[in-house]
Amino acid sequence: MHIAIIGNGISGVTAARWLRKLSDYKVTIISSETQHFYSRPALMYLYMGHMRFEDIKPYEDWFWKKNRLDLIQDKVTSIDFNSSVLHLEKGNLVHYDKLILAVGSKSNKFGWPGQDLQRVSGLYDLHDLQNMEKYSEGLSRAVIVGGGLIGIEMAEMFHSRKIPVTLLVRESSYWDNVLPEEESAMITRHIRSHHFDLRLNVNLQEIEDNGQGEACAVIIKETGERIPCQYVGLTPGVSPNVEFLKASDLNIGKGIQVNEYLETNIKNVYAIGDCAEVTHPIEGRRPIEAIWYTGRMMGETAARTICGKKASYNPGIWFNSAKFLDIEYQVYGHVPNKTPDHYETLYWEHQNGEKAIRINFDKNSNAVVGFNLMGIRYRHEVCEKWLKEKTPVSTVLQDLSLANFDPEFYKMYEQDLVDLYNQKTGSDLKLKSKRSLNKVLQFLKKSKA
Amino acid sequence: MKTIQKIGLFIFLGALAIFTASLGLSKHQLNADNLSVTNEYHKKAILEAATNQGLLGNSTSLSNIAFIKQLRQSMFNAQTALNESFSKNPPEGIPEWDYKLGDWKIGDYVFQTVKASSTGLLPNNRNLFFFLTFGMALIGGLLFILPKFLQAPGIKNDGIYHSSLTRGLTFGPRAVFIGATILGVLLYGWFYMDGKLFWPILTLVVITIIIFLVLYKEKQNSLSPAKSASPNVTASLGIFSGIYLIGFYILLYWAPEYMTNWILLVDPISEFLSGNPASQWFLYGFLYSIIVLVMGIRMISKYRHNKYQIVRTFSVMFFQTCFAFILPEILIRLNQPYFDFKNIWPLDYDFFFDWNINNLINSGGLGIFMLVWGITLTVLGVPIITYFFGKRWYCSWVCGCGGLAETMGDPFRQLSDKSLRAWKYERYIIHGVLVFAVFMTLMVLYSYFTGSRDILFFNSDVVRKWYGFLIGSAFAGIVGTGFYPLMGNRTWCRFGCPLAAYLGLIQKYKSRFRITTNGGQCISCGNCSTYCEMGIDVRHYAQRGQDIVRSSCVGCGVCSAVCPRGVLRLENGSTDISQRATELRTIHISESEVKILA
Ligand SMILES: Cc1cc2nc3c(=O)[nH]c(=O)nc-3n(C[C@H](O)[C@H](O)[C@H](O)COP(=O)(O)OP(=O)(O)OC[C@H]3O[C@@H](n4cnc5c(N)ncnc54)[C@H](O)[C@@H]3O)c2cc1C
Ligand code: SF4
Ligand code: SF4
Repeated sequence: MHIAIIGNGISGVTAARWLRKLSDYKVTIISSETQHFYSRPALMYLYMGHMRFEDIKPYEDWFWKKNRLDLIQDKVTSIDFNSSVLHLEKGNLVHYDKLILAVGSKSNKFGWPGQDLQRVSGLYDLHDLQNMEKYSEGLSRAVIVGGGLIGIEMAEMFHSRKIPVTLLVRESSYWDNVLPEEESAMITRHIRSHHFDLRLNVNLQEIEDNGQGEACAVIIKETGERIPCQYVGLTPGVSPNVEFLKASDLNIGKGIQVNEYLETNIKNVYAIGDCAEVTHPIEGRRPIEAIWYTGRMMGETAARTICGKKASYNPGIWFNSAKFLDIEYQVYGHVPNKTPDHYETLYWEHQNGEKAIRINFDKNSNAVVGFNLMGIRYRHEVCEKWLKEKTPVSTVLQDLSLANFDPEFYKMYEQDLVDLYNQKTGSDLKLKSKRSLNKVLQFLKKSKA
Repeated sequence: MKTIQKIGLFIFLGALAIFTASLGLSKHQLNADNLSVTNEYHKKAILEAATNQGLLGNSTSLSNIAFIKQLRQSMFNAQTALNESFSKNPPEGIPEWDYKLGDWKIGDYVFQTVKASSTGLLPNNRNLFFFLTFGMALIGGLLFILPKFLQAPGIKNDGIYHSSLTRGLTFGPRAVFIGATILGVLLYGWFYMDGKLFWPILTLVVITIIIFLVLYKEKQNSLSPAKSASPNVTASLGIFSGIYLIGFYILLYWAPEYMTNWILLVDPISEFLSGNPASQWFLYGFLYSIIVLVMGIRMISKYRHNKYQIVRTFSVMFFQTCFAFILPEILIRLNQPYFDFKNIWPLDYDFFFDWNINNLINSGGLGIFMLVWGITLTVLGVPIITYFFGKRWYCSWVCGCGGLAETMGDPFRQLSDKSLRAWKYERYIIHGVLVFAVFMTLMVLYSYFTGSRDILFFNSDVVRKWYGFLIGSAFAGIVGTGFYPLMGNRTWCRFGCPLAAYLGLIQKYKSRFRITTNGGQCISCGNCSTYCEMGIDVRHYAQRGQDIVRSSCVGCGVCSAVCPRGVLRLENGSTDISQRATELRTIHISESEVKILA
């Protein structure tokens, strides 16, 4: 049996690794961007000089051969699903028995005038990075269009080379379509404290051509202001990379549509990662979740199913993390930007305005439903267990130290949260246990009483 | 802010230039008073030889290089003369070793005489030069470092791989450096062992065996390791600093008579502390402590958002200045044995040497206490404390080598080799050194208790001499520090330190210490592995959710500090340690779901 995987990102590679672990099938990974798998979220660190390309590859180059994972660096131009053949750009054909599509995303562009000029790019792959590198010399300003996680990363990248940055953001506070008001305000403040020129409530009108096919300025729609710059970063999100599949029989909505086993409408063809659209996601999850962790979980799920241990895709409780300049962010469970009426929220913020903890819980049942952490680390496993078991907020608060994952000697703020809760509700909760690994592990082992 | 830093850098480089140049800023002239020889026979013979040679009574002053050359010649002539007169008419009542002029004594006499005979620009303006070198370097360094406190706190590794100081070497140059160093050390070792080739050859054989084992037994020959630096970039400034440091250590260990000008500068401090003039070891301790202090401030500025790093850095600064540097000097002033309370055998490899044991035993109550203290640390302290906290309690909180690595070495931590092949080398080499240290010490102790120096085919004096040369000086010093900009700041700690090997065995098999990973949050970015100074591929464990239990981890906590997703935490706890370090936990993070595996 020959399994072909298109795409060597986290989802394709995780699938390949699990296929090898669980089977002896022939596995081929075809990908056009690079010969070897690298960590896409680490792209920024290359540009910033934190790491070399070698360092962002999670496996040494010999890994693939040793595990008999064949690599082909080429682009799949079309797929003949009837005869199970992939057509590659260099002219070769690859026959497969089963196919995994893990083709990732591409950066969004919204038809702005000038979006295809030189000195304009998104930030998705190495090519984009090389572009940024190529034009960085002598930049007097870069403009980045679109808030969100990649926009701030791109801003940080330019900032690391002392290149002034202007950020154009549609929202009225940074990333407030995801973050609750206070956290969003914190990030907005934090960005400004790094002297980025952050413009809120603005849209891009057009990118100006300098007459040689290169960007030289942007115009803001609302004010008509012209901002001269020599680079424009477009980071208004990503969408599944499915253009080259649209002509086929594959069911495609926004992404490649798959059922709970990650099977497409065509037999023996699976789709995972950024490009997959789960038509009936489990409660609390969205059809397309273009993040690292879902790609990884999907890769493993698909591999199991292919190896005859049919597993349905169950990403469990939502989690994610990011870093905004110097503020780390973690989320577990359900913390929407606008707290729904049936939720109560407990929000504590440090007086320095760069640390915060938010705990959401259900008004009726008192069960915790979500944690948001800014500048503080919480333990994934502990939070997940509480969320899964619908633990009452009072229990969680008393045991809150179990969740603390900050390094040793850090000041701990769990007491402040308990105090805040007591003050709000008039109850008299006490922080029970101290932070201790043994207690945590015992807690994790305990099955729900 | 940038301007201040630039000025600081400029002043520092100026001071460094003056410091380097000051080695040649003295003149020397020999006379009967400054010939620093106490033994009467020796003095007489040397004066005679020097007169014949025209060195004594020469009215022109010589540069130190010319002076040392001639003085050495006079000493050798005197040595020959004494040997001859001893065999012709042996003097009565004087032991042979006292009468004859031994090689090691020549070294000492030359050093002392060069120091005593200095005149000229630097010796006549010691305070001025102290200021121009140490003073200005300090001011420049602080001007460079202190403005960093004004930047926003947080991990700032920007441009590390763009800088020609910190980006490391490609394979070719690195191999050249390693090869040249091994060759140089063995050649010099041949000379050092009085022309006996046995030890250099034995060492070469061991090195070859290790290479063979790694490549063929561990099958590393077929696995091309990850590159050590980006292709086509090699750190030119890094190479320059590496060579400078290596040069410093060569002078320090084997030719201190050439650095007497530096030692003159710190004489007043030494006299103030211990009442004695400074030796090269005092200079070394002084420099070492200053560097740990200044670069410790830099370390704190860099990680000032991280309490663990701050506390730990203060700790190494404290132990270096107080325990390693000042306290032993004060002990000398109080007529007690020189003793570093935090140094532990087998890193402190001469602890069980006869002269040390005798010295401690003969120094009354405190000496006995020191002896017991040293043995207790090795036998009980290391295992017990390591059981509770991991080897970090020593390696990145207390140890002097670790202290330097964590302060001066911090800019170079990313240069450690993360490949699997490097790890294989590491395990053979470091455990090899541990075995060597144990056997060497056992032989020395055997000789101590039986009085017999010959054990099987070996002479314990020779074995310990080779250990001191190869491991104590060449590995720990030249490679240990000289290779900071070439192979990372913990080259010695990772590949060579026998105490680290001992601590590591306990950490691996009987300790509560581990690094836990935060469920499924890892994005495989590689920051942790890149900045792990011990070359541990932390990401390998983190991305599959395993706890990390590795004998080499010194618990510096930097992997945890640089992780942008908050994945790693250094912790102590005995529950399930082996299970959590081996089990695969990829798909979901909770235990129940992992069970689908079966
Ligand atoms: C800058 C940046 C930062 C990010 N940071 C985070 C983060 O912090 N946390 C997080 O959770 N997520 C982050 N993400 C998102 C995360 O990286 C993606 O969700 C993840 O990489 C998707 O993996 P994938 O395997 O689905 O696809 P990809 O990684 O996109 O891999 C798809 C591969 O398939 C190849 N390919 C596509 N079409 C073809 C074809 N026709 N023929 C051959 N090859 C083809 C592509 O070249 C590509 O290499 C970030 C993304 C970016 C761009
Ligand atoms: S694993 Fe982490 S704590 Fe251990 S030595 Fe490496 S960087 Fe330091
Ligand atoms: S543990 Fe952290 S630093 Fe290491 S690879 Fe994972 S996310 Fe990156």
